Amino acid sequence: MRPDLEIIEQWIRPGSRVLDLGCGDGTLLDRLQREKQASGYGLEINPDHITTCMSKGVSVIEQNLDTQGLGNFENQTFDVVLMTQALQAVRRPDLMLDEMLRLGREGIVTFPNFAYWRLRWYLMSHGRMPESETLPYKWYDTPNIRLCTFRDFEALCYQKNFRIMNRAVVDGQHRDRWFHRLWPNMLGQIAIYRISRQEN
Amino acid sequence: MPDSLPTDSVGIVTPQTLHFDAPITLACGQTLDSYDLVVETYGELNADASNAVLICHALSGHHHAAGYHHPEDRKPGWWDSCIGPGKPIDTNRFYVVSLNNLGGCHGSTGPNSINPQTGQQYGPDFPVVTVRDWVHSQALLADRLGVRCWAAVVGGSLGGMQALQWSLDYPDRLKHAVVIASTPRLTAQNIAFNEVARQAITSDREFHDGRYYDFDVVPRRGLMLARMVGHITYLSDASMGEKFGRELRDQAYKFGYDAEFQVESYLRYQGERFSESFDANTYLLMTRALDYFDPAYDTDNDLAKALAQASCEFLVLSFSTDWRFTPARSEEMVNAMISARRKVSYAEIESPWGHDSFLIPTPRYMDIFTAYMDRVAREAGA
Repeated sequence: MRPDLEIIEQWIRPGSRVLDLGCGDGTLLDRLQREKQASGYGLEINPDHITTCMSKGVSVIEQNLDTQGLGNFENQTFDVVLMTQALQAVRRPDLMLDEMLRLGREGIVTFPNFAYWRLRWYLMSHGRMPESETLPYKWYDTPNIRLCTFRDFEALCYQKNFRIMNRAVVDGQHRDRWFHRLWPNMLGQIAIYRISRQEN
Repeated sequence: MPDSLPTDSVGIVTPQTLHFDAPITLACGQTLDSYDLVVETYGELNADASNAVLICHALSGHHHAAGYHHPEDRKPGWWDSCIGPGKPIDTNRFYVVSLNNLGGCHGSTGPNSINPQTGQQYGPDFPVVTVRDWVHSQALLADRLGVRCWAAVVGGSLGGMQALQWSLDYPDRLKHAVVIASTPRLTAQNIAFNEVARQAITSDREFHDGRYYDFDVVPRRGLMLARMVGHITYLSDASMGEKFGRELRDQAYKFGYDAEFQVESYLRYQGERFSESFDANTYLLMTRALDYFDPAYDTDNDLAKALAQASCEFLVLSFSTDWRFTPARSEEMVNAMISARRKVSYAEIESPWGHDSFLIPTPRYMDIFTAYMDRVAREAGA
């Protein structure tokens, strides 16, 4: 399994109720169900992914976060709400984080770091919007409409009074390297944050 | 009927009539002392009886869901697109049971059966049966067939309501409920359409208060009208537009009131054919069963509360152009299941065919249905 998903798995307590926003082909939920006796749902809109989830036995709901929101889920009905590699693709990431922590005690998000040194270098040397293995799109046709840096994200958490319980950083192949920890905002490509409301 | 049977067909099937001697008490308070259920089965029940799938039919359906009765049959059973070797409900793996519900007119005891107490046909004296009564009778059928627990109970429309009711009334007797193009209860608009259909039938002069059998007549015009109205609600504006548009049967307007548009003659044809094969009292009964279906009635209109007793997994499917039971109605059901913390998967399938979509094998529908049932089969060891 991808190292970022392995990191997330470590942060999930056995028997947790999990909601995975944009669950893809259900790999993570399937794993959490088998290894951690987790239960819950994945939300997805890609038809092929939905079919794959169903054959795996992952409970998947076809629901579009942007147009339908999460209003059909009740307050604090999950232990963890996950969103991997999708926060940068929603219209209001700040409100999405609020929603995640409305539904769950904890939230786990992963997103690409726009302050990664290669992206900084690309922008500085070419003077054009960076493209990379984690951000392979043209600026005018990209799902990633709300890119941010690790520092931006942490500033938002501070402003919203969220507690950052854990943070991990991986590279484009989702590998965990020692040097990421030295200077994450410069050297890390993908961040994984585990957050909760401050009062918890 | 093709020259030879298709290889993915269950082939020639023979219905059987099962007689039940023990009285069954219905929701209305009345009791049927004995009754018959007509069933068809496809595939083989495995040694531990874990691979049985129950098919529940919709308003005008019956036991003949797949295959052919005779080599000369022009059409196979009503859900042949989904039941057969290699199809979503794969008869190489599942033992499939399909019945005609109580109150039906295709061989199971219903208004056109002989009432043993009078020696006459029941007619309007046949009790109004509910979805719950059907599920009760289906459980007794399961006992008879040696099925303790269904691998899945599957149905579209009114059939989906039965699958949902199963999950509430016999939670430990099914592993999966597959609820397709259905709704947790009818809306006022749904009931209104049913009322128009019933009025069409009961106001036909040949109806004779439901005792038309005694007069050797059939309220044909009423049934035809009822079916025409119903049929419109099964299609979508887009699919009717594509099929007929404003096409005329002849070149020009005739400035009269006969069937000039193709859609008119289509509806008349459908209505006429239906009126030759369906019993008017059964139509009244089936529409009433639809109206009454409301599993949240006993739990303060809180479906989630009702679902707290369910323990099976659910698959809910809706179709984008279904305006009879819209995707929003399926989502209502799904949200209640989420709220009750049941396992549920849901997809809204893009399809132009309106409510009838559940009978039409569009690619995504078949992919999802196949993937889900494949997992059901694996779990059942089939």
